[in-house]
Amino acid sequence: MSSKEIYVALVGNPNTGKSTLFNALTGLRQKVGNYPGVTVARKSGRCDCGDGLKVELVDLPGLYSLAAASPDEQVVTDVLLGSLEGSQQPDAIVVVLDATNLLRNLFLASQLAELNLPMALVLNQADIAHEQGLKIDTQLLSQRLGGVPVVLTSAWKGEGISLVRRAIAEVLNKKSKMTRLTWPGQVESALGAIVQAIQADTGKAPSSADAQRILFSSNAHTSNRLGWLNVQRDSIVRQARDQVRAAGYNPLAAEPLIHYAHLRKVLEGVIAGGTGKQGNAAALDRVLLHRVMGPILFIGIMLGLFASVFWLAKFPMQWIQAGVDFLKSVIAPALVSTPMLQSLVTDGIIAGVGAFLVFLPQILILFLFVGILEDSGYMARAAFIMDRLFSWCGLNGKSFVPLLSGFACAIPGLLSTRTIEDPKARLATAFAVPFMSCSARFPIYALMCAAFIGPLYGPGWESVVMVGMHCVGLIFAVPTAFVLTRFVLKVKPQPFVLELPRYQMPKPRDVIWRMWQNAAEFISKAGTVIFAITIIIWALCYFPRDTQMSDRIKAAEPTLSEHELQARTQAAMIEQSWMGRFGKAVQPVFDPCGFDWKITVGVLASFPAREVIVSTLGVTYSIGKGAEADSQHLRTAMQEAKWMDGPRKSTPIFSLAAVLALMVFFALCSQCGPTIATLAQETGGWKWAAISFFYMTILAWVMAVVVYQSVIRFT
Amino acid sequence: MTPLSQLLPGQFGKLVSLNPDQAVDQRLMALGLLPGMALKLVRRAPLGDPLAIEFGGQVVSLRLAEAESLIVDVAADCPVQRPKPTP
Repeated sequence: MSSKEIYVALVGNPNTGKSTLFNALTGLRQKVGNYPGVTVARKSGRCDCGDGLKVELVDLPGLYSLAAASPDEQVVTDVLLGSLEGSQQPDAIVVVLDATNLLRNLFLASQLAELNLPMALVLNQADIAHEQGLKIDTQLLSQRLGGVPVVLTSAWKGEGISLVRRAIAEVLNKKSKMTRLTWPGQVESALGAIVQAIQADTGKAPSSADAQRILFSSNAHTSNRLGWLNVQRDSIVRQARDQVRAAGYNPLAAEPLIHYAHLRKVLEGVIAGGTGKQGNAAALDRVLLHRVMGPILFIGIMLGLFASVFWLAKFPMQWIQAGVDFLKSVIAPALVSTPMLQSLVTDGIIAGVGAFLVFLPQILILFLFVGILEDSGYMARAAFIMDRLFSWCGLNGKSFVPLLSGFACAIPGLLSTRTIEDPKARLATAFAVPFMSCSARFPIYALMCAAFIGPLYGPGWESVVMVGMHCVGLIFAVPTAFVLTRFVLKVKPQPFVLELPRYQMPKPRDVIWRMWQNAAEFISKAGTVIFAITIIIWALCYFPRDTQMSDRIKAAEPTLSEHELQARTQAAMIEQSWMGRFGKAVQPVFDPCGFDWKITVGVLASFPAREVIVSTLGVTYSIGKGAEADSQHLRTAMQEAKWMDGPRKSTPIFSLAAVLALMVFFALCSQCGPTIATLAQETGGWKWAAISFFYMTILAWVMAVVVYQSVIRFT
Repeated sequence: MTPLSQLLPGQFGKLVSLNPDQAVDQRLMALGLLPGMALKLVRRAPLGDPLAIEFGGQVVSLRLAEAESLIVDVAADCPVQRPKPTP
């Protein structure tokens, strides 16, 4: 954004159709980013306002009040005051209001008026107001508010968009400001006292909006931002609040009381009619929130969502996999003369790109569903139904969708934690999501169950173990979230006050754009990290290279077939690679879990992507690359594997204890580069990603030791 | 004078007092739930918590534990109304 470009902020309550209006005004010319240092999305786009006037329009997060209680509110306040790093004050504010609930929506507008910026009001959802028989006198309203442009629109129907463009041009031209309310005398003088005190201390007079935040809000966000750190700050504020109290107001209630009283007068005679008809919400809620029907429909909808993410995404994922394999098979022969380049391109670069592209189908499908659920108004109901199950451990009803998607894949699950407003619950949910048994854990469970549990104990136990393994993560995630929210996170939890908005048909354009924006952000941010990790692990498994290995094996055992020779060479190569040497060196760490060096190498090589374990075991057990969970060769090789030395000499490596320990390890361990990268992206830094990584990995090791050591004593 | 949490689904009341020190109450005041406002307990969630209340033409969900400080007068005769359309 160049400093000369005119920039207009779009502000409003949630559920006012603000984003739909933003999309209608800017079209596809949108940029999505983050505000520095916070995980609040910054959406901006170019808006053509006629006569060659082009402005940069910024869509700010929806909010009910400027009280600066939540991170979203703080960001909006800071952006509008131009106090956020790298941002300037907007040239004008466009406030989007729900025409069917003007009084409540005007509260925010009235607070915004205190910022003393040029302002225009857009009364959106005019079609619904019309259906309800409401008649709004926009001229009278504009007049009462000091001549700011007031327009009626229906962004959903695409009606009145040109009026908004014209209103933006008008407000930029006339600089019309909304009339500010007159504070009662004592409140006014209390505000004046704060302004004076700050000016005396910092040498700069704060805006009246800042003074109001300090007087009316219970947190110190604004004072800290202004650098007002006087030791007497608290007593100065207390004295000012005593003045407010003397005027008969509780200082923390004064702001809404005075604004609402003022606004009731403003609206007198502005709204006429109104059948009192509540629209569709009450009738639909009777079914969707019904004591019995509600949960049944909820489970049905969520099963549909899960089945889509899990099953429907499989096909495009297979195509991507097939595309990657095809690309490898085409490129590999061309580079056969330079084996290192061949391996770098096929096993490093192409595999690295494939490693994050393969997540796209799940991300797109989940966000399609999440978008539909949110825009239709059902998401708030889902949270209402589920909140009781999650509130006790510090999460909330909105944690359900991320956790459920985590059973398919943690990446879309983590991205969907954005729907949780409360930062504490959002972080705890993001921390719990990687524990869910994702589909990448399935191959190792399947291999272990089919090779050992099934043959030894029958298919009944096979299914029991399978189901049990899917629950292990959940069993540890819930207490983790509890401890995290109760004892670790010092952030104040946000109250779970949730509007149950009216139901609405989602607009395909809005849903699809948001879906694409989320996917694009994932590719640009997490994608690069995933790519880098894949290359590093490739190098560790490739170097150093012994080019004579194949010849030496052939000389020692001339009878080997071509395929056997290749498999044996690969096994020998990985054994003497950095990864193999490292695996042998740290094997003692995994010895108490019953892992030999081959499993250890598999475990280590699986840190970027846990599903690699099966093919790595294929290499270390000399089956060759490309082993699948249902490979009979691999099963036999593992069943026959015995300890070569030590106290367990000639006993099978894959005893019941080791098999269970390995599965529990994979259930809990943080073995997914994309998850770590996404966690860092979503929590605004590497701190929580690192904590999650070490916590899960150490927990996995401890539980694997516990399982191995206890089972081995009972068998 | 009854705590909001003791209202039955479908029951009306008039808000008598709340506790402005609490974050929940501050949020509700911003939404327009101020003393003297008529409200209705629409329903409880299937598991008994949270509650859905209606006031000023909107339905809002809040947790039982967080609704403790809201005191309601159920005797007051006050059907819930939309923002007043003045004649």
